[in-house]
Amino acid sequence: MAHSASSTLAAAEARQSAQRPESAFQHAMRRFMRQKLAVVGLVIVLFLMVIGFGAPILAPSDYRTANLMDANKFPSAEFPLGTDAIGHDFLSRVMYGTRTSLLVGFASVGVACLVGIPLGMLAGLRGGWTDFVVMRLVEVMTAFPGLLFAIFLMTVLGAGVGNIIIVIGLTSWLTLARLMRAQLLTLREQDYIAAARSMGASDWSIAVRHLLPNAVAPVIVAITLAIPTAIFAEAGLSYIGVGINEPTPSLGKMVADSAQYIRVYWHLGLFPTLAIALIMLGFSFVGDGLRDALDPRQT
Amino acid sequence: MGRYILGRLLGLAFVLFVVSLIAFLLMHAVPGGPFAPDEKGRLPEATRQAQLEKYGLDQPIYVQYVKYMWNALQLDFGVPFQSPTETVTELIARAWPVTIRIGIPTIIISYGLGTLLGFIAAVRQNSWVDYSVSFASTLGLVVPNFVVALWLILFFSVYLGWLEPGGWGKPQHYIMPVIAYSLTPMALVARYTRSSILEVMRSDHVRTARAKGLSERNVLFWHVGRNAMIPFVTILLPEIPNILTGSIFIEAAFRIPGLGRFFVTSTQARDYPMILALVLLIAVLWGITYIVTDILYTLLDPRIRLSGRSVV
Repeated sequence: MAHSASSTLAAAEARQSAQRPESAFQHAMRRFMRQKLAVVGLVIVLFLMVIGFGAPILAPSDYRTANLMDANKFPSAEFPLGTDAIGHDFLSRVMYGTRTSLLVGFASVGVACLVGIPLGMLAGLRGGWTDFVVMRLVEVMTAFPGLLFAIFLMTVLGAGVGNIIIVIGLTSWLTLARLMRAQLLTLREQDYIAAARSMGASDWSIAVRHLLPNAVAPVIVAITLAIPTAIFAEAGLSYIGVGINEPTPSLGKMVADSAQYIRVYWHLGLFPTLAIALIMLGFSFVGDGLRDALDPRQT
Repeated sequence: MGRYILGRLLGLAFVLFVVSLIAFLLMHAVPGGPFAPDEKGRLPEATRQAQLEKYGLDQPIYVQYVKYMWNALQLDFGVPFQSPTETVTELIARAWPVTIRIGIPTIIISYGLGTLLGFIAAVRQNSWVDYSVSFASTLGLVVPNFVVALWLILFFSVYLGWLEPGGWGKPQHYIMPVIAYSLTPMALVARYTRSSILEVMRSDHVRTARAKGLSERNVLFWHVGRNAMIPFVTILLPEIPNILTGSIFIEAAFRIPGLGRFFVTSTQARDYPMILALVLLIAVLWGITYIVTDILYTLLDPRIRLSGRSVV
């Protein structure tokens, strides 16, 4: 009798643990993994991160290694993607170029977050004058032609990885600030905030425990979608010659350099453009997938 | 209506003032200048002073700003430092038409074809047409236009040998830039048109129109088409100033002598008059587009009243 009672208890426990509601994270993961394109994007992004950040180990040669005797070779068994006009192994250049793109993409979005999220939070939580000042700043920055501003800052600061990260970060925080503020403004008026306040919660604890966790999902989506935009900006600025300087490889610069050889050495143009397209597609698929998984209202 | 437009124009004037002030201060705040001594010291000090004096750059900055704005109000934007034999107005009048001549076919093709594709994709939802349009528009939105430009050159110039890879002056020089430049706005148009048509097709008044026995063509044309124009106007019209001021990337890829390259050369040469003129040109185009968009919005959707909206 006792035996059967304990087994019923164990069965009940097992049933309960099976029915335990999944966490928000698990739920989002499940919704994400259900989308084919998002999973394809995730695979592409992971692949690019391996060949990009793994370039020092995986690449056939260093990006600075050049052998003039091997200049302008078409793709072959020895050089899978050929060589460029100075004799760099092009596969290595494309891999290191991918690394530069990813690095600039992640770091400049990091800068944008550091500027945009605190400003948006400040405007949304404080309201009043703080809000007014921040929003006028955002408006003026929006009216200012972004590309011209970026080119201008780049010519002032000079080309280079560090500078391009700062410049792209400083020109792309607007969306994040606006989104964060809008999130907080809508959430602030919700009933559960009034309930928390009536129970005596301080402003600080309302902000940290009740407002921010609910504002996070759309911000994560915006951050993910900002990465391909930043990578595009780096490629574009390098393409017109104000982005990244030698000897750092950049895919945009490689596309620009290929123009003068394009009639003969097609591989110099084809492979970096394919790499850029793949990076953009991968990150966009992941971003769209995250949006559908985390923030169904926005689609 | 007249009062509303006047208010909006005043708002635009204020935005232009703020933008010009910021651009002006920013230009002068950064180190370096148009006649800054370079490392080789090629420019003698006396010559430098004479140059600064000639362009009024030796005066206090607020005097320079007031003078510049006073002249700009009379449509005199000064002399570009990078090309001192002509005025800024002449330089823009020479380069901008080239950009516009690429921009207008781009607008017509991308908007026309984009609307058509989006419409067909929505009417044939979940068919292979729909999937192909979605796939193509994702590519168009995501792949940068200079990448597409290079692929076009590789295919049409290198592989097929049909077209010259770049240049300007012959009709064939339009083909590849317009295709490369159209893809992104076309993708945007197709995507928004598709989703807005789908939304309208599910709405009550379309069901009513069907229920009272109108032919499918009638329903689509009169009841769906018109409502689907609203997101078209608000989301897509603002793309037009972008297209009309051209793409630096497209112009660089196909070596088109348009406005684009001056964005780079002007900042590199610290060509103050040219930079300010470009900034103001873009800001004016944007401002006017937003005003036109808001007015069109009310014409298409009578539920929206102009007076309730903010001034700027």
